[in-house]
Amino acid sequence: MLKMSNISKIYQTGAVEVIALNKINLTVEEGEFVAIVGPSGSGKSTLMNLIGCLDIPTQGEYWLDGQEVSKLSDDELADIRNLKIGFIFQGFNLLHKLSALENVELPLIYRGMNAKERQERALRALAKVGLEHRLHHKPSELSGGQQQRVAIARALAGDPPLILADEPTGNLDSVSGKEVLASLQELNQQGHTIILITHDTQVAERARRIIRIQDGSIVSDERMG
Amino acid sequence: MEFWQAIRLGISGIMGNKLRSFLTMLGVILGVSAVIILVALAEGSTQQVSERIQSMGSNLLSVSIRGRGNTGYLSYEEVLKWEAYEGVSKVAPSISTQVQAKFGNKTKDVNIEGTNHSYHEVRNTHVVMGRGLTPIDVEFREKVAVIGANVAKELFGEFTPLGEHIKLRGINYRVIGVLESKGSTIGGSSDDAVLIPLTSAERFVGTRGIRRVYVQAENPETVDQVVAKLTEFLTDKYKDPDNFSVFNQTEMLQTVNQVTSMLTVMLGGIAGIALLVGGIGIMNIMLVTVTERTREIGIRKAIGAKKRHILYQFLVEAVVISALGGVIGIFLGVGIAKLISVFTSIAIKFSLPVIFIAFFFAVLVGIVFGVYPANKAARLNPIEALRYE
Repeated sequence: MLKMSNISKIYQTGAVEVIALNKINLTVEEGEFVAIVGPSGSGKSTLMNLIGCLDIPTQGEYWLDGQEVSKLSDDELADIRNLKIGFIFQGFNLLHKLSALENVELPLIYRGMNAKERQERALRALAKVGLEHRLHHKPSELSGGQQQRVAIARALAGDPPLILADEPTGNLDSVSGKEVLASLQELNQQGHTIILITHDTQVAERARRIIRIQDGSIVSDERMG
Repeated sequence: MEFWQAIRLGISGIMGNKLRSFLTMLGVILGVSAVIILVALAEGSTQQVSERIQSMGSNLLSVSIRGRGNTGYLSYEEVLKWEAYEGVSKVAPSISTQVQAKFGNKTKDVNIEGTNHSYHEVRNTHVVMGRGLTPIDVEFREKVAVIGANVAKELFGEFTPLGEHIKLRGINYRVIGVLESKGSTIGGSSDDAVLIPLTSAERFVGTRGIRRVYVQAENPETVDQVVAKLTEFLTDKYKDPDNFSVFNQTEMLQTVNQVTSMLTVMLGGIAGIALLVGGIGIMNIMLVTVTERTREIGIRKAIGAKKRHILYQFLVEAVVISALGGVIGIFLGVGIAKLISVFTSIAIKFSLPVIFIAFFFAVLVGIVFGVYPANKAARLNPIEALRYE
């Protein structure tokens, strides 16, 4: 499903070289629920950007769903993000001028899907997260937990092989946070591959595999149960 | 479909910030309406001036004699010979002077013109009541008069003047016709004129000889030829070209048109600069918008928007602002120009091509000044854009 070999990311700021990731090797199989844990500055954000195809590595190979993506152009990466990855962010990152339904339709618009199919898919995704009665609400009219579920629906709508969640509970109260994590677990049980990035070990424990990262290297990789 | 989606996104972007969008549009609205108003006024005046020149008569030439020397003025016989020139249609000599016309106890200052039957056609002054001058009137020195519309109104009021006698310097003239009203024209209005036979006028004015002759060419193409022929005749007779002049109406019309079309282009150009300034306003606001919406751009890119998607979105927004401003500007410009013409009686003439050009220029301005901000948005790095607060 996902294979990184010898991935390094080096930032050049003036004369100083900062090694954010140092020769990472990582394989994730289809259907896994992986948590990547590490303190801030450990390189986990950089790793998530690379996994999410928002950025390309300085060195190494990255195979995602059978495709080598480490040397693609910006627009090619946009296509990969659109087709293969569903993002869930800490700050929800919904467009506040669009309704829940329109937010969920957005990735499908960029896919060039026709209006009818787009709407059907968006409705199905929103129903999956239990928001079929909040279709025409703007994000500002929804609670934090509901907003995050809209974001999950958006990630699901395009039916991507990989769902990437970056601190999905970071902005939520504990009740909403638990709801969101429960949704993610449910999605995983339905067969979606999920990578969760967090600094919170309690959140990470929901996953079936925990990868700890520190100073740009993987320090432990343990499978639960 | 992607296109309509982009337009929808653009419009929702504009609606999301109505006041700012309107203020941005204002530059384009004022630019477009200024182009339309100024060009409408310039073309309206052009048309008015040309119409006035043309109302003096078509293909008109007028010969004036200024010299006072021994050679004297032109004789009627001399003048009539011009009718035989190739390209000449009709010749109407004119002797004129100002006198007071009297009927009963009413008086009016009039412009007497002694002329012949051709005058009506050459000067484009038609008789609406009674008859015009005839060759017999000239031959027999008849004391008859064809009076202008104002003269008829002021001396006779509602009564029909035909058959009545008016007094010109104490001599009775029988009114045989009334001229059609033409309003003010260049070179004096025929509304205040009294036409009498040339031969009667010679005695009246006290000078024999004609100082002014109106010549009608057969068509615009023969005008130059007739001018040449007349100039040849007059040079032969008077030697010094300062002693006479041949006024060419067609040439004057061309000059007027040249001057006014230059005026139109100049005014249009000035208004075009206003449009350009409007475009800079669009660019300014679009740059602010792009900065403000950096996070939105980041989100869109993260979920798969390509560069061109973002580029289109912001470009469409700029173009919709300018096009909408253009449409509003057209309505505003047409409305204001009409108001001006109603309240000041200045003539206006709308030019459809100019309206279209103004509109498309506005759209072009939107594209040109929208490309830079849109491109800036399209090239944002998604990671940095997502992190932007």
